[in-house]
Amino acid sequence: MSDVSIPEPVTQMRARPDEKVVRTPVRRWRIDVSGYGFLLPFLIVYVLFLLWPVLLMFRMSFFNWSLDGHGTTDFLGLANYGAVLSDPNFWQALWNTLAFTLISTPVIVIVSFGLALLCNRAIPAQGFFRTVFFAPFVIPVSVVVIIWNWLYEPGGLGLYDGILAQLNIPGVNWLTQPGVAMIAIVILTLWWTVGFSFVLYLAGLQQIPRELHDAASIDGAGGWTRTRWVTIPLLGRITAMIVILQIIASLQVFGQIYLLTDGGPNFSTRPVLQYMYESGFSEFRVGFAAAMSVVFFILVVVISAVWFGMLRRQQGGNN
Amino acid sequence: MATYSVEQVPATSAGRAGRTRKPLKTRLANLGALLVLIILAIIWLLPLAWTLDTALKPEGETTIVPLTWFSAHFNLAAFAETLSSTSLLQWYFNSVLTSLVITLVTIVLASMAAFALSRIPFRGRGIVFGLILAGIMVPGTILIVPLFTEMQSLGLVDTYWGIILPQLAAPIAVFIFKQFFDGLPHELEEAAIIDGASRWRIYWQIWMPLSRAAIAAVGIFIFVVSWNNFIWPFIVITNNNMMTVPVGLSTVQTSYGVRYAEIMASAILAGIPVLIVFLFFQRQIVQGIAGTGLKE
Repeated sequence: MSDVSIPEPVTQMRARPDEKVVRTPVRRWRIDVSGYGFLLPFLIVYVLFLLWPVLLMFRMSFFNWSLDGHGTTDFLGLANYGAVLSDPNFWQALWNTLAFTLISTPVIVIVSFGLALLCNRAIPAQGFFRTVFFAPFVIPVSVVVIIWNWLYEPGGLGLYDGILAQLNIPGVNWLTQPGVAMIAIVILTLWWTVGFSFVLYLAGLQQIPRELHDAASIDGAGGWTRTRWVTIPLLGRITAMIVILQIIASLQVFGQIYLLTDGGPNFSTRPVLQYMYESGFSEFRVGFAAAMSVVFFILVVVISAVWFGMLRRQQGGNN
Repeated sequence: MATYSVEQVPATSAGRAGRTRKPLKTRLANLGALLVLIILAIIWLLPLAWTLDTALKPEGETTIVPLTWFSAHFNLAAFAETLSSTSLLQWYFNSVLTSLVITLVTIVLASMAAFALSRIPFRGRGIVFGLILAGIMVPGTILIVPLFTEMQSLGLVDTYWGIILPQLAAPIAVFIFKQFFDGLPHELEEAAIIDGASRWRIYWQIWMPLSRAAIAAVGIFIFVVSWNNFIWPFIVITNNNMMTVPVGLSTVQTSYGVRYAEIMASAILAGIPVLIVFLFFQRQIVQGIAGTGLKE
């Protein structure tokens, strides 16, 4: 009936100037008009380019849709879903995506935390180091891939193979050997994106009051003990957030793999997004691609929901 | 060596007195950290240094085995060749135009929406905010298939609007602005309301000037993200002259064959502008990221 009963999801509603005024129906109505007036431009964009595509994705997944923009009346029911779920290529792409996520997330989280710990010490040129580790994050993916394609060039030509050759160590086919290719992609991704989590950790470290470390030192705690029992627990919330952001970003991996290995060798690195793109835009199986989008969409949402649920429960348990 | 014992003061006194010398153990640890950081920084910079090195070499010297860093014939020919043989300047223009429009429009739309959600007690506010929050959960890349279909029906494939419009729906920007607005004091606004100022004037003349920090953080972050966006422009643009830098550059690699100096020169030319923007606005970018992450 009134807005009082509507829960505020994040912040508490504060007493506002308007609420001191006695409310007449006309005044309430005017508040509503101005509220929705301010919201309208964003809501239009939001509905047209976020909400509507989500609904359209569900709808397309039930049809034998074609790419001419009009769709067909060929209602298939759940046939597209059956095709996706019985397609070994989909399962392989899903597995590749999960493998990439499971390897890259811990690597990036641990390295970014280590870098932040090192940079947070009393050392000269802190700003320089921060810039060096963060800068690659702002480079476009195609530039990153061009650089790393050249670095990984086999036969003693690329930098890494060249260095190995000078040390008389046999070269590695970084991008054409199954298993190795995925590692090569993770290394590239670490170099490119570690700066994001690094900056978050650095900001988190700087928020920890010095007094806590001093108090622990007085109690005789050494550097490692302080890190383990003061720093890491205090960064728990940031870590939880970094992990879920990493997971969500990794599940959507596309550009660096598509451009570096094109999903090869033998599809061993092809992620779901690339298979979705190829099904929809090269093979024109649009309904199939839409069904795959839905399956993947649900997976991502479920993973984030489970993560946040676990987090809330844990935090609730601590209090 | 002998001085070490003199400087070895108890940890307690060093901890409190900030400016006195730290205990030996701490200083050694800091030195160790510095060394590790120097090594890591070299590892992080090597790919960029190697790229620049290759781009400056004449084409014939890029594939010499064993590899060398030095060349007696460093020159800028590869850069000149790249600029004349690709549409890089056109791609720059497309990227600057679309990223700027996306950034400016997102700032206006998102801050207006956040102003309403933070400051106007209209009915249904909780529901609308919940809906926008739910949008943050939607992974944008997953919508490429339906979004392309939608762009086709709107006739926006291969147009600037086709690149721009889907990137305007950024609920995260609303969220950041709302958090910032929630933290601002009420006094100014109350005075303005008593003076009879309209909501629009409060938003435009009081709220926006107060929010310069948030605008800078959101704006630069959105700019970098949209400049670097690959998958959406890659899907919606097929015409070479309409491509953004990341998409256009991905076509260069295949068309050059093995002309490494030119490929590296094109990578540098494509990466430099955003790196310069980054070096100028590093503080805001970092604050923007940290700000989104630290507040909940």
